Amino acid sequence: MLAKRIIPCLDVKNGRVVKGRSFVNLQDAGDPVQAGKLYSEAGADELVFLDITATLDARQTVRELAAAVGRAVFIPYTIGGGIRELDDIKALLQAGAEKISINSAAVTNKDLIRQGAEAFGNQAVVVAIDAKKSGDHWEVYINAGTKPTGLDAIAWAQEVERIGAGEILLTSIDADGHKSGYDMTLTAKVADAVGIPVIASGGAGGPEDICRVLTEGKADAALAASIFHYGQYSIAQVKEYLHQHGVPVRV
Amino acid sequence: MIAIIDYGLGNLRSVKYALDRLGVASELTDQAGPLESADAVILPGVGAFGEAMENLRRLKLVEPIRAVARQKPFLGICLGMQLLFTTSSEHGLHLGLDIVPGEVVRFAEGLTVPHMGWNQVEQAAKSPLFEGVADGAYFYFAHSYFCRPTEPSAAIGVTEYGGKYASTVQSGSVFGTQYHPEKSGPVGLAMLANFCRLGRKT
Repeated sequence: MLAKRIIPCLDVKNGRVVKGRSFVNLQDAGDPVQAGKLYSEAGADELVFLDITATLDARQTVRELAAAVGRAVFIPYTIGGGIRELDDIKALLQAGAEKISINSAAVTNKDLIRQGAEAFGNQAVVVAIDAKKSGDHWEVYINAGTKPTGLDAIAWAQEVERIGAGEILLTSIDADGHKSGYDMTLTAKVADAVGIPVIASGGAGGPEDICRVLTEGKADAALAASIFHYGQYSIAQVKEYLHQHGVPVRV
Repeated sequence: MIAIIDYGLGNLRSVKYALDRLGVASELTDQAGPLESADAVILPGVGAFGEAMENLRRLKLVEPIRAVARQKPFLGICLGMQLLFTTSSEHGLHLGLDIVPGEVVRFAEGLTVPHMGWNQVEQAAKSPLFEGVADGAYFYFAHSYFCRPTEPSAAIGVTEYGGKYASTVQSGSVFGTQYHPEKSGPVGLAMLANFCRLGRKT
């Protein structure tokens, strides 16, 4: 049976992992390769590396990161952040990333989704959608959640699927960082509206939140950062909880 | 030496990284010569079927691949497995390498597609590929089309996704995995090691 996926997300700046108290047992807590290996051995199903470097020379650093992770980590990983053109996608996939994630550029240049999917297959193209509740709907934001786009999140999810996205990484801006659960309504609405997998993100406070979003929330995968980075819960604990609640997981 | 066929699509590097980890010498190549001298050959691949075949034709690799597949261990991974078949209906009808008789078709409507994530491989027959691999072990999948071998016995491993389909095939010394062993953690590396060992025996 297809397992629901647990995906730790690592923020990377200038080629270094930022935050992560549970990495104290690593010689170098900022080394993305060591962190990736640790999570892979701990039972993570996939990894997401999100490059938050704001400088122009970030491009080369993130490509080197993709290759360094590929040499050491033998589970799928996605690289996101700062992808602007087809060459960026190509370089990251050829370096060893399984998928790339596009966020702002998907909105400002929709054609990038199509180009990526045509060249590398839609399974390699993740579109990240950051959504914020606005009255009775959710609006898509770009530029790290700072810029409203006027797009409706559900309609946008359907559109990116049509253009060529193979997966949606859906973050609730409202829930993100609060550790009080994922936005269940938003996640379920998007999952119902599209035929591609949906990764839920934002708000994980514990195993029960992850369990809810994978069942009620209808997500195919759950992304979490701080509960893992700060050692609050291990991936094994989360998977054990899911297993006990009848959610299929890879053990 | 394992030859990894580079036909200009997607993620080939990760197969090489996995073999490096196993301590197995390998090279990426887009030429016929290294395929002929290699102990075994891997055809990896992500991307579209039609474009992949077009690239193989342009590189004049179709006949060399068909020839070496009869002579030595050969492994197609993901799209590389699909290319082994006779035809694919991905964006129009395309001819494949026709090394394993059968067709490649899309998953039925109503399923979440791509079939993406970790799923189980149920072993339908004994194979050197499965040595030390638990029946029902999880592997990483990412695909929208699947293979239907004409000869049911070619399906040595099956996976459940809207019905059971052939996720591992074997025909003589030709193998195909719809999943990515190179991205499937220790169990995937074990399977790749099994394949590489076959190459050393020839």
